[in-house]
Amino acid sequence: MNHLTIQELRQLLITKQISSVELTRATLQRIREADAKVQSYVTVTDELALEQAKRADERIAKNENVTPLTGIPFAMKDCISTRGVRTTCSSKILESYIPQYDATVTNKLNDAGAVLVGKTNMDEFGMGSSTENSAFPATKNPWDLTRVPGGSSGGSAAALSANLATFAIGEDTGGSVRQPASFCGVTGIKPTYGRVSRYGLISLVSSFDSIGPFARDAYDCATVLEHIAGHDEKDSTTYQSPVPNYTSTINKPVKGMKLGIPKEYFVAGMDAGVESAIQEAIRQYEKLGMEIHEVSLPHTKYGLPVYYLLLFAEASSNLARFDGTRFGLSVSENAKDAIDIYLQTRRAGFGDEVKRRMMLGAYALSAGYYDAYYLKAQKVRTLLRRDFESAFASCDVLLAPISPTTAFKIGEKTDDPLEMYLSDIYTVATNPAGVPALALPCGFSKDMPVGLQLIGKHLDEATLFQVGHAYQQVTDWHKKLPPL
Amino acid sequence: MKLTYEPVIGLEIHGELLTNSKMFCSCSADYASAPEPNVNICPVCTGLPGALPVANKKATELAALVGLALNCSINKHNTFARKNYFYPDLPKGYQISQYELPIAERGWMDVTSPLTPLLLGEGLGAREQLRVRVRRVHIEEDTAKLSHEKNYALVDFNRAGVPLLEIVSEPDMRTVEAALDYTTKIRAILRYLGVNSGDMEKGVLRFEANVSVRPVGSEELRTRTEIKNLNSFRALTRAAQYEIERQIKIYEAGGEVIQETLGWDDARGVTTSQRSKEDAHDYRYFPEPDLPPLKLSDAWIDSIRKRLPELPEAKTSRFISDFGLTPSEARFLTSELSLANYFEAVLSKSKSSAKAVHSWIAGELMRTLNESNLSIDELTLSPESFAKLIDMTTNKIISGNSAKVVFNEMVKAGGDPEQIVKEKNLAQVSDENLIQEIVTKILDDNPSEIEKYHAGKETLLQWFVGQAARATKGKADPALTKELMLKGLEERRK
Repeated sequence: MNHLTIQELRQLLITKQISSVELTRATLQRIREADAKVQSYVTVTDELALEQAKRADERIAKNENVTPLTGIPFAMKDCISTRGVRTTCSSKILESYIPQYDATVTNKLNDAGAVLVGKTNMDEFGMGSSTENSAFPATKNPWDLTRVPGGSSGGSAAALSANLATFAIGEDTGGSVRQPASFCGVTGIKPTYGRVSRYGLISLVSSFDSIGPFARDAYDCATVLEHIAGHDEKDSTTYQSPVPNYTSTINKPVKGMKLGIPKEYFVAGMDAGVESAIQEAIRQYEKLGMEIHEVSLPHTKYGLPVYYLLLFAEASSNLARFDGTRFGLSVSENAKDAIDIYLQTRRAGFGDEVKRRMMLGAYALSAGYYDAYYLKAQKVRTLLRRDFESAFASCDVLLAPISPTTAFKIGEKTDDPLEMYLSDIYTVATNPAGVPALALPCGFSKDMPVGLQLIGKHLDEATLFQVGHAYQQVTDWHKKLPPL
Repeated sequence: MKLTYEPVIGLEIHGELLTNSKMFCSCSADYASAPEPNVNICPVCTGLPGALPVANKKATELAALVGLALNCSINKHNTFARKNYFYPDLPKGYQISQYELPIAERGWMDVTSPLTPLLLGEGLGAREQLRVRVRRVHIEEDTAKLSHEKNYALVDFNRAGVPLLEIVSEPDMRTVEAALDYTTKIRAILRYLGVNSGDMEKGVLRFEANVSVRPVGSEELRTRTEIKNLNSFRALTRAAQYEIERQIKIYEAGGEVIQETLGWDDARGVTTSQRSKEDAHDYRYFPEPDLPPLKLSDAWIDSIRKRLPELPEAKTSRFISDFGLTPSEARFLTSELSLANYFEAVLSKSKSSAKAVHSWIAGELMRTLNESNLSIDELTLSPESFAKLIDMTTNKIISGNSAKVVFNEMVKAGGDPEQIVKEKNLAQVSDENLIQEIVTKILDDNPSEIEKYHAGKETLLQWFVGQAARATKGKADPALTKELMLKGLEERRK
């Protein structure tokens, strides 16, 4: 039953054909068997999970406050605070950090009765595209254990793909949900920036970070998002507008809707297998009666530099609080003064990629360079946002590739940070623009999954789910299971 | 020819805002009454991973109120920024402040100053009115408190995140007195607005002075130094004065002033170097991405403007024009809002003149408050009773001396002045016949003193009046007694 959807399991749970404790035990059992190979989890919360499952069963028995997520086992990316459960961001500096408080998303999932089975591996603080930049062993792609699962939410995507959870929470700063979803053959959404509260999410880039779920299909993603989205008085950047009931509009036909194909996303450098899978999906939409339009996002080529520049800058400041004085790792051997403790702790606690990005960010923000780098990037960010606005003037949703390639080999790009940055080329522009994007499996290239992304208007996740669901009604790529 | 120098002074005033909760979380901002360290804390103000700030509405209102009181324009779109630096009292590794777009900008404050370039101690000559421009008013958060021990330091986060206001002037002051008047007036305004207690001993208000000197007549701005953490008016004036003289000496000796941050050593009376320009922090300011810009509507700004009370300057003018007080009487009464309010409350209940009420407040009331170390807010003497007492003296129902006795009784135990007068039998004797009788008796009993008086020792008049007062236990109307006594003495001259 580990491969079933939330929808299917929910039916079994409320008809008492299975209990949440049974389901959770099966998931934990599957983790014990398979995760030695995949290494998607950093922490498995056996005891807590069984406790939560028991409570979920009680809720179901009394038919009290039962939600579609009650009793469903899920995995959480290890950058989201869980009270009493260590939250590491896959960094040595937080290896033993146990939060005193729950993130808003954690609270909401608790309230819904979902069952946390563990915290998943990631690139350290979200800095990476392969889940190799981790203080823990690199997560493997369940489709081919010699390949990466993508990143930075690679642990969550791999866990879901390998049936080690029924859904998984990820976080997308520049493709960190979509790219691993694509590499692992699962569905995932990066919601509109500000749709899901970031309170308790350990920030990488405050103005890009978007928490979103991975699930077996668009319907399940919609179900989870309904439960975790919404205004939060603890996060001033969340939208006030109410969360729509996504699943109630998901079955609406897509006939006559306008699908935009951004021409800048179909250029040289894409693998032939990836391109043909994407083109096939476009033809599928045509068959569903959608109007296909070519559109232009003229500033796409600036997406990558703008994204990385702003990322470096914000991250350099966001990571300043990891100083060894209040929580996490503290190295103070023969320290002369407080600053010495900071230096020793940060030297020992952060990985190379994190150090590289913080230095670049501090440089970009420093006196004399601010205007040329940070400020310029913010101005181009406005242009990227306008690109999407004008594209959406003529279409309802955009379709684009997620990654120019399928999952690459472990170690293939670790020595070349720039090559690693380039693997994000199709996903990074959406985050500075703040728009939502849904990743869907759309085929295979040389036995590895290929994904596409549907990009929507601000706060228009409903349309993404509708269009994604329509595709999954006529294809079964999302139902394929890895040979694990 | 020897050059004469004039100082160029700009000031930063850092004041805590009197809010219930901290600037970016709901923890209590009242760190002063916290029972022990690190009790008013949460994930936000201790900078735990993932915690996010939420701006305090009340602090925004108070900051806007100050901006308006200082004649600033309010920025309808203003933003928070991160000021990045590492220090153990700064849990996030950055302070949330305002940088490019503060809540208020471009205001002014009128101050008086001796004519430039007189320096402190020489300023008894003519004074001038000077308009000091206020560059900006912005909101930021306070840091934690460090206690340094021998080999370690302790951090108390109760103060971390308490809202602070920073008021920055242009370098428009040319005398230390102008700086003193500027800070004194701003402190009074902050207290009037109820945004800061002005209690400098508790550190809720601190000054920073930027000082440079230049030859009189020159318009250049020379290298300045920045004196940090001045926590009293005395420290401000002494430090500024010291720094002016230090810089002049450097120029006189042909040297150059170097740009640096200085501390003030109050015990030794000298400024000390803390950081030179080369070591200056690069704070890497950038807009705070966790907080959207504060968008303030015209209606909101108007609603804040409506809450502006009458400020000290306006109140002083009104007291002079409406009540006929002298400028110094009016300034005394308006120095504290509670004092001005008390004065007006008494005056409104009283039939006596504003001068009489002022002299009672400035005299007996102040003496009593000082002796008992009470503030006017702690006074239980109601304005009604006080007014009644003042009127009783004005109407000569009781003498001044008796009134003081009644006053002390009222301050101690409360009560109605008429009642106290009755109980203590203090009513003034104004019956002319009765006083005449006493006067006649005293004159009859003291022929030799009358002789001396008539011989030219006119100071004896006071002695005769005193005898009458003694005979009536101070109740005789002193003016009437004096008049009758004088008449009797003259009559007996024949």
